[in-house]
Amino acid sequence: MTTFATEAAATRIDACSSARLSPDDGVAVLLPDGRQAALFRTRGGELYAVDNIDPYTGAAVLARGIVGDRAGEPTVASPLLKNVFSLRTGRSLEDPDIRLTTWRVDDDGTTVRIDTRVEDAP
Amino acid sequence: MEELVVIGNGMVGHRLVEALRDRDGAGHWHITVVGEEPRTAYDRVALSSYFDGATADDLSLGDLSGPAVDVHVDERATAIDRATRTVTTSTGRTLTYDRLVLATGSSPFVPPVPGRDLPGCHVYRTIEDLDAITAAARTARTGVVIGGGLLGLEAANALRLLGLEAHVVELAPHLMPAQIDEGAGALLAGLVSDLGVRIHTGTASTAVEAGPDGRVARLRLADGSHLDTDLVLFSVGIRPRDELARDAGLTVGERGGIVIDDTCTTDDAHVHAIGEAACHRGTVYGLIAPGNAMAEVLADRLVGGRAAFTGADTSTKLKLMGVDVASFGDAHGRTENCLDVVVNDAATGRYAKLVLSDDATTLLGGVLVGDATAYATLRPMVGSPLPGDPLALITPQGGEPLGADALPDSAQICSCNAVTKGAITQAICDGSHDVPALKACTRAGTSCGSCVPMLKNLLDKAGIVQSKALCEHFAHSRTELLEIVRATGITTFSALIAGHGTGAGCDICKPAVASVLASLGNGHILEGEQATLQDTNDRHLANMQRNGTYSVVPRIPGGEITPDKLIVIGEVARDFGLYTKITGGQRIDLFGARLEQLPAIWTRLVDAGFESGHAYGKSLRTVKSCVGTTWCRYGVQDSVGLAIRLEERYRGLRSPHKLKSAVSGCARECAEARSKDFGIIATDQGWNLYVGGNGGFTPRHADLLASDLDEATLIRYIDRFLMFYIRTADRLQRTAPWIEAMEGGLDHLREVVVDDSLGIGAELEDAMERHVASYTDEWAAVLADPDKLARFQSFANAPDTPDPTVAFTTTRDQPVPTEPVRLGMPALRTRESAR
Ligand code: SRM
Ligand SMILES: Cc1cc2nc3c(=O)[nH]c(=O)nc-3n(C[C@H](O)[C@H](O)[C@H](O)COP(=O)(O)OP(=O)(O)OC[C@H]3O[C@@H](n4cnc5c(N)ncnc54)[C@H](O)[C@@H]3O)c2cc1C
Ligand code: SF4
Ligand code: FES
Repeated sequence: MTTFATEAAATRIDACSSARLSPDDGVAVLLPDGRQAALFRTRGGELYAVDNIDPYTGAAVLARGIVGDRAGEPTVASPLLKNVFSLRTGRSLEDPDIRLTTWRVDDDGTTVRIDTRVEDAP
Repeated sequence: MEELVVIGNGMVGHRLVEALRDRDGAGHWHITVVGEEPRTAYDRVALSSYFDGATADDLSLGDLSGPAVDVHVDERATAIDRATRTVTTSTGRTLTYDRLVLATGSSPFVPPVPGRDLPGCHVYRTIEDLDAITAAARTARTGVVIGGGLLGLEAANALRLLGLEAHVVELAPHLMPAQIDEGAGALLAGLVSDLGVRIHTGTASTAVEAGPDGRVARLRLADGSHLDTDLVLFSVGIRPRDELARDAGLTVGERGGIVIDDTCTTDDAHVHAIGEAACHRGTVYGLIAPGNAMAEVLADRLVGGRAAFTGADTSTKLKLMGVDVASFGDAHGRTENCLDVVVNDAATGRYAKLVLSDDATTLLGGVLVGDATAYATLRPMVGSPLPGDPLALITPQGGEPLGADALPDSAQICSCNAVTKGAITQAICDGSHDVPALKACTRAGTSCGSCVPMLKNLLDKAGIVQSKALCEHFAHSRTELLEIVRATGITTFSALIAGHGTGAGCDICKPAVASVLASLGNGHILEGEQATLQDTNDRHLANMQRNGTYSVVPRIPGGEITPDKLIVIGEVARDFGLYTKITGGQRIDLFGARLEQLPAIWTRLVDAGFESGHAYGKSLRTVKSCVGTTWCRYGVQDSVGLAIRLEERYRGLRSPHKLKSAVSGCARECAEARSKDFGIIATDQGWNLYVGGNGGFTPRHADLLASDLDEATLIRYIDRFLMFYIRTADRLQRTAPWIEAMEGGLDHLREVVVDDSLGIGAELEDAMERHVASYTDEWAAVLADPDKLARFQSFANAPDTPDPTVAFTTTRDQPVPTEPVRLGMPALRTRESAR
């Protein structure tokens, strides 16, 4: 099983090894509170984490979607009904009222970490 | 409100109601329609497609019933009383009218030949007629059509499609005497005979004779000879249905038809007639376009307009058994002192004639057989000065085909719907920028479709580029990308988008490129970067369900399976708690596997000798089989054996859309091969190959590509067919629409596949050989590779923890998904799935 980062006061958790996440790929990460993050690395090397649950279907599948861009905005398309979300803001490109939770991510070259404090809407 | 009663719910009656409803914004009219047929109006012009897979629903023109329109089917008008302005019907109702419209059409004329009422004698006008012919054809071998006109040839083709030996007997010295001249008729007879229809011209039918069972057995001809036949179909012409009008004392024409003036009014100002029942200036039109024009004129008049019907163009263009035939304007050269320009090329099977004014400056009409591409440009030019050398217009080497440029604004581009070039260019200026938009806005192209090339041409001339771009990242179509990949040897999406696209890609171009790379043989689809390109189901080699779990479908080639293997599937399903169902593809689907369970499930299946069934891929799905000679008392070939060999040959082949196949052991067709992309039916000589069928959204029967093939030739043709499809079809275009969109259609495909007209046969076969040689089971390869296995973990930081949102309940003793557990976010609304 997994151990979550336990440093005092830290809100960051280890998501996976840096090598595990290739460009344009995604993985699902279980957060300590039971929520799930979909963690992505884009072709340009940026890292993003959004809620793994597709709000259109309720299924936890976004990490398995195709990463890309629309007019330069980095996106992921849900594998179920292909609704597209901005990775930067978590917003649905079809309906700006729908927004996925986003989290801050960093990579020290060995480990990718997610900061589990929810980000404010950018 | 005033009462309008329309008798007849055929094509023209339907058009009138539609046109009036559109124009009568003020709600002046209440319309009652009575139609004698058991269904609302349908597309009679396309009736023959009923033998090619179209259903009555496909043909339907829609029910116009609404607040101001009552449509009554299965009810015949039996009498008109003009004094009280009432109509009585077969159900005993009496309808009162302010205006009455007779749109009763016509009935097939059956000449007074002895024996014409015997069982086995038919006509060809309604869906019921076609059902009767189909029923009779089941026990028949031969059918004779009396009448070699447009309809007779269509009927002969229908008999051919029903598997009968078809004959046509025509009184005139050549086929289609009403439309084309003798030279064209002779060429047409040659082309049609090549397709297996026997033509007998210049001879009358004198009697139909019965056999001992009292059914049709023989047709006697005036020259003393006879034809043995089980079925006789009369198609010698039509008679307007003017009986109600005659009984009511309205004037009818010399050769029938309710006489009308230019406003479509009879000699009673309250009674109108339109369509094939009407006689205008001595002419009864047997075509839809004049009928529609009358309907539009009458609708306009009924709302106070001033439109007039002054006669109509009887130009026709059709494809009879794959042969183009067109005639337009004064096709027979009846204008005084007119000149003919004729090109008659028996070698290429083309005939073309232009009729010109005596000074050779103005086009009066013409006939085209074999290749009617010039029709779209020539027909609207009738009556206009010729833009150049007349011969250049009809010789294939005549250089650039003439564009719409040459036409004046007043030229009619769509004769079915009377739409001028001016109206179309106006619609383009107003923002109709593709063919569907032009159709919606002007109605042009919505009937026979022959003017669609002209619409495209006008769009081109207006400088509108019809976009082929896949998405915002590539300005290319799938086919162009495939050619780029082939020519450059590029093997990755990164290199392709860097060199030939922009941005980072998306869920449209990535799977399309993934499919191209896989079709061209670039190794395992989950290798390196390729894994990130794959669409939902390919990405984990399984089909994703609505709750994020997967289904597992092992391949069961040809649907044949041993008891031991069946038991393994049962054990796997039981041990992993999977829902089990027999699919429509003759195999077994196991549902409800969690992502991280897939490797363990497949380890068991691979150990037992199963392979991936590619139920997830745009690739070969199943080759269904019937039992054939293995067990069936009727089987003439080993259909199971062939199905297995085909499934094993083409398994894993990635293609623009999914591919399905089936093999039947005899003509009873228990494997439903004609509903497949490529279907094979056994004959006592070998195999018949059908292509371009599918079920799904737009069901279509496959067409015969080649007959009586030995297995080696059959496989060679399928190899070429599939590789040609992979090279040239659009993204997500199945074989049927691909063939339809192909220039030259099925005939062209046959030339490429059977005659190797492009000289690429060997190359396509080599490509298929490479596919066959390099095939490996995708699932076995995943199990052998830790990098690929890493993709099958529920969470990167908790690889074996099940997704807490997935849960099941029990229905009919099996697990099914509960609605996913939602953490915070409500499910909102779904968008139509974009596959
Ligand atoms: C399992 C099965 C239904 C069943 O329980 O019988 C099925 C299930 C699905 N079909 Fe089907 N089809 C199944 C036989 C058929 C058939 C019948 C046949 O093959 O003889 C047809 C009509 C025949 C045809 O395709 O010409 C059929 C026409 C479709 C279509 C419409 C295709 C079209 O051209 O219009 C789709 C959508 C698509 O592919 O774009 C589709 C798509 C799907 C998908 C893959 C949708 C998806 O991506 O999730 C379904 C996957 C369910 C799952 O989770 O596994 N399925 N589907 C059948 C699997 C057969 C097999 O063994 O592989
Ligand atoms: C197989 C076939 C192929 C054809 N192909 C072409 C083609 O390629 N191009 C072309 O231009 N034309 C073609 N035609 C001709 C075209 O279909 C007709 O011109 C068109 O249908 C005429 O329309 P209509 O409404 O006048 O008659 P119909 O469509 O015949 O409709 C008349 C309706 O009135 C009903 N009716 C008659 N009397 C009564 C009554 N007393 N009470 C109630 N209802 C009554 C009839 O049952 C019928 O439903 C084809 C026809 C056939 C049969
Ligand atoms: S198609 Fe013919 S051979 Fe095959 S099962 Fe049916 S009847 Fe038997
Ligand atoms: S000419 Fe028939 S649809 Fe336009």
